Amino acid sequence: MFGKLTLSDIPYNDPIIMGAVVSASLAGLAIIILITYLKKWSYLWHEWLTSVDHKRIGVMYIILALVMMLRGFADAIMMRGQQAMAAGADHGYLTPHHYDQIFGSHGTIMIIFVAMPFVIGLMNLVIPHQIGARDLAFPVLNSVSFWLTVAGAGLIMISLGVGEFTNAGWFGIAPLFEKTYNPGVGVDYWMWAFQIAGVGSLLSGVNFLVTIVKMRAPGMTFMKMPLFTWTTLTTNVLMILSFPVITGALFLLTLDRYLGMHFFTNDMGGNMMMWNNLFWMWGHPEVYIVILPSFGVFSEVVATFSKKKLFGYVSLVWATAAIMILSFTVWLHHFFTMGNTVNVNIFFGVATMLIAIPTGVKVYDWLFTMYRGRITFTTPMYWVLGFLTIFVIGGMTGVLMAIPPADFVVHNSLFLIAHFHNMLIPGALFGYFAGFAYWFPKVFGFKLDEKWGKRAFWGWAIGFLVAFMPLYVLGFMGMPRRMAHYDTMAWQPWLIAAAVGALIIGLGVLSQGMQIYVSIRDRKKNADLTGDSWGDGRTLEWLSSSPPPVYNFAIIPKVDELDEFWAMKENGTAYQQPAEYHDIHMPKNVMRGPIIGGLVLAFGFAMVWYIWWLAIASIIGVIVTVIVGSSHDDEEYIIPAAEVKRIEDERFAQLAAAMEEKKNN
Amino acid sequence: MNTNVSQNAVHTADAEHHNHAEIRTFGFWIYLMSDLVLFSVLFATFAVIGFNSAGGPTGKDLFDLPYLFVETMFLLVSSVAFGLTMIAMHNGKQKQVIIGLIITALLGLGFIGMEIHEFVNMIHDGAGPDRSGFLSAFFTLVGTHGAHVSFGLIWIFTMIGQIAKSGLTEGISSRMMRLSLFWHFLDIVWIGVFSFVYLMHVV
Amino acid sequence: MMKKNRYKFLMGVVLLLATVFLSSCSNMVVLDSKGPIGNEEAFLIKIAFVLMLIVVLPVFVMVIWFSVRYRASNEKATYKPNWAHSTKIEWVIWMVPIAIVAALSYLTWVKTHELDPYKPLDSDVKPIRIEVVSTDWNWLFIYPDYNIAVVNHLVFPVNTPLNFKLTSASVMTSFFIPQLGSQIYVMAGMQTKLHLLADHEGTYLGQNIEYSGNGYETMHFDAVATSQDAFEDWVEKAKQSPDQMSLATFKEFSEPNTNFPVTTYSSVAPKLFNHIMMQFMGWMGGSDHEMKMMNDMDDMHHMHSTQDTMKMHEEHGSMTMPSDSGHVHTKTMEDK
Repeated sequence: MFGKLTLSDIPYNDPIIMGAVVSASLAGLAIIILITYLKKWSYLWHEWLTSVDHKRIGVMYIILALVMMLRGFADAIMMRGQQAMAAGADHGYLTPHHYDQIFGSHGTIMIIFVAMPFVIGLMNLVIPHQIGARDLAFPVLNSVSFWLTVAGAGLIMISLGVGEFTNAGWFGIAPLFEKTYNPGVGVDYWMWAFQIAGVGSLLSGVNFLVTIVKMRAPGMTFMKMPLFTWTTLTTNVLMILSFPVITGALFLLTLDRYLGMHFFTNDMGGNMMMWNNLFWMWGHPEVYIVILPSFGVFSEVVATFSKKKLFGYVSLVWATAAIMILSFTVWLHHFFTMGNTVNVNIFFGVATMLIAIPTGVKVYDWLFTMYRGRITFTTPMYWVLGFLTIFVIGGMTGVLMAIPPADFVVHNSLFLIAHFHNMLIPGALFGYFAGFAYWFPKVFGFKLDEKWGKRAFWGWAIGFLVAFMPLYVLGFMGMPRRMAHYDTMAWQPWLIAAAVGALIIGLGVLSQGMQIYVSIRDRKKNADLTGDSWGDGRTLEWLSSSPPPVYNFAIIPKVDELDEFWAMKENGTAYQQPAEYHDIHMPKNVMRGPIIGGLVLAFGFAMVWYIWWLAIASIIGVIVTVIVGSSHDDEEYIIPAAEVKRIEDERFAQLAAAMEEKKNN
Repeated sequence: MNTNVSQNAVHTADAEHHNHAEIRTFGFWIYLMSDLVLFSVLFATFAVIGFNSAGGPTGKDLFDLPYLFVETMFLLVSSVAFGLTMIAMHNGKQKQVIIGLIITALLGLGFIGMEIHEFVNMIHDGAGPDRSGFLSAFFTLVGTHGAHVSFGLIWIFTMIGQIAKSGLTEGISSRMMRLSLFWHFLDIVWIGVFSFVYLMHVV
Repeated sequence: MMKKNRYKFLMGVVLLLATVFLSSCSNMVVLDSKGPIGNEEAFLIKIAFVLMLIVVLPVFVMVIWFSVRYRASNEKATYKPNWAHSTKIEWVIWMVPIAIVAALSYLTWVKTHELDPYKPLDSDVKPIRIEVVSTDWNWLFIYPDYNIAVVNHLVFPVNTPLNFKLTSASVMTSFFIPQLGSQIYVMAGMQTKLHLLADHEGTYLGQNIEYSGNGYETMHFDAVATSQDAFEDWVEKAKQSPDQMSLATFKEFSEPNTNFPVTTYSSVAPKLFNHIMMQFMGWMGGSDHEMKMMNDMDDMHHMHSTQDTMKMHEEHGSMTMPSDSGHVHTKTMEDK
């Protein structure tokens, strides 16, 4: 009835885990009680959970990312704590078995359930606006993608309290993750969560690519698209071409573990090296997937807050395209030490160095955007400056490791860990935070508190340096990654420093929480009444009100140039009401998003615990839902022209009042 | 300036509406390309471990070319049948479309039936997917293709139902377009399979 | 004030980094290698670092300078809102990194060949062969030249090339002595090679640097470089050990356990290394004859190319298959 699941799979004996489970459950319960008390279930279901509106889905993605970031960060604090203590006679407070699950869950959560949802969330919020469209090409698919990601996240959260998680790391290790060496459910949880979320991401990739290629406003040629749109486009090409590879690789592992096949086993014809190749063939494009959108954000933010045109637009576009293509040619640098032939190592080493070139060009293009501008130091701009200074250190260490013999002495050491966090935190994460602060007023109608935003920045920036610079040193001291305990006492002071750094980042995280609280409290004071939240908007998303109406634009604008909104403001044509409005067709909300998500979560859980009847039932449920859903031809509703006019009149009235007030001040 | 804006509005509204089918077909092509990448992974895997027979049976031992020929014919002819079905659809001949789809489905079922028979026999003879790396790769590549064909069959039956109920509407016609892309795509993949898997291991 | 904060912050960071680096040079064993391989690799790290500073330092300077000079409140600075292109600047920002990468690529070509783990070291001294087997979670070192073995402890003479041959009796691991140079992945059913040399006497940390399960972090050992005399003494003593590394002993030793005590063995089961490897080589699907043949081979050397594989198998009378990335174990195809 329950497959191999028994009550003893709940880790009663581990106080740390039980503590986490209880507090997470209480938090969840508190939220449920709050919603019930406010009688908001119907609203929640009809307005948010079943929504196909990219603006709502984007918000939900980012909420998911932020919640999962808390858990991923908790994992980080636990690891830093353990490593600061566990030297010599002291074995710390975590068993190796527990510690070994944490590094896997930390990586999996941060990449798949923080970075990806954040990226897809920002793309959802911004792209239709930037290209002058009403929604994505496939709104229902958008909802399904979101709920698949939630299902994957759900599986990881459940694994905390029921069973265990993988000890084979976020990228899997062959043949350690095979049944022979890992018969438990940990690897299965990781495998299914990853697979499910991966399908969601692939579908998003298709969605955004089609949207950008087919639904741009008239007049917006490719070379008039904003940089964030360009980076999104290249990101989605990467997603479409790389995600099927990980789907395939995880599928082969599933067959190994469930049907005793021999893809990555130690014997009987398996080839463990093939895992490394297949995984990283996805894995390397993936890191560009998580960072290219940030590069897009930096482009938008630096131009806006330097009150200047982006320097080297054409160069930036070509550099982005070059990065996109080259990202498929470097995967082997993740395992230079696997005994590959010399020429193979050289090829991939040189390719890896090549990819640093367009990235460096971008950094300089952003700097020259600041040159001869008029810079205001808002929170988003802080994140950009932090990125520019700190990210380049990581770029430097990357080129260093691209030389295979150099890599031979630092691969898998803490030097590697320092390098990739140096890329991901100032590179990707600061970009997300910048985008979050930059577009928040557009989405919610009020700006975030600047004071707490800047405190958050300092917490993250200083915390990052204190937490990760010691890791570079430790790498040179020979310390491997993933150590639950060590006997080389000389390493300990550095690990203590790193733990302090993690705590400083914690202050940054707390500041972010405070920022949200204070901003909501002060929302009337920081209200954005014009839609041009920062006053210096250059691209089309700033044309609409904040928040925008459900249809984004009453009239799809015609685009004549790059930075169209800026041009419209210069020409005085930005805020003109048209003579008449037309009916607008919008997609209806659908139930199948959350339903498919729920069924797929059930399927994943069933597969992990071998509950075959549940697995079959949920898959059939998904197929039936898809068939039934696809038979509906009635998926649109109409907003009559009169209603559009009413909404627009209200908007223009508010706009006029706000501009009056600005003039008077 | 205002009149320009409204004229553009009318134009775009229509354009938005007409483009629906085209956008969906484009999206489907993109999905199909991602599916091609998935198959490439399986082909690459077969290339890497396809000769790791771990002392067990090899392709030469197992593959029956005449049988493969008949199986292939089922699939290829079903593609021809689907092609004719699409012609009938463009001519608005609803009854012919349904008959064409039924014939396509029957031929597809013939293909799947022969494949299942082959698999069952191999497993009975101790040449199941858990016997060796070669067999794991074989069953997975060929089986994934077969699973796609099976999903295609479900889709065909769904379309038969929808056409019988609602006729050849715009929505249904555009779905048929995508199904036909899917079906022909699977045909092309099969050509890769019988060349690269069967022929190369037997010859 | 914004600019002062920014300046102070960066100075603080630079000082922190400097103190940190300067105060622990001696502990940074990777940069302070005791062998020629490690030295070359450390050199590569340092030179790449210096070359990259050419790109990185201007970024630091420009961030500070532009932030200060072009802040909105500085009305005196030139403001060119539409200046967004300069061919000269584009040339520089593309060409300088290209030049740096070209230089590093040349270095990569030369040094990757020179530092190929498979390449025997240039030396007048006769190399010592060491066979390495990783288990869950211990290291076995076999000295075929002396027919002795030792667990979790490695001893060798200075200035002598060490020719390692490595395999795993379990999952993938990575053999690494940070102060001597390159690591290499160790896998079951396959043998790989590594060549190192210590030119200073001393005791160095050796470890597994590829996570391999719950006992992973215990897999470290002392790698001791001694004088030639001291080494010979150690070998003599080992030959008097009461313990023998028979097949049965190995089987017991390789059951999952951590912190197996350092033990020397006065004799080793013949072809033990090959035997361990053969247990996983079922994929090759050879006949019993072929399996025996391989078991007897003295040097199942690592194939680098199809030609090597074909040649080797011609010599041994069976057909081969081209390998995927050009490396790894010998493969045989069923000759049917």
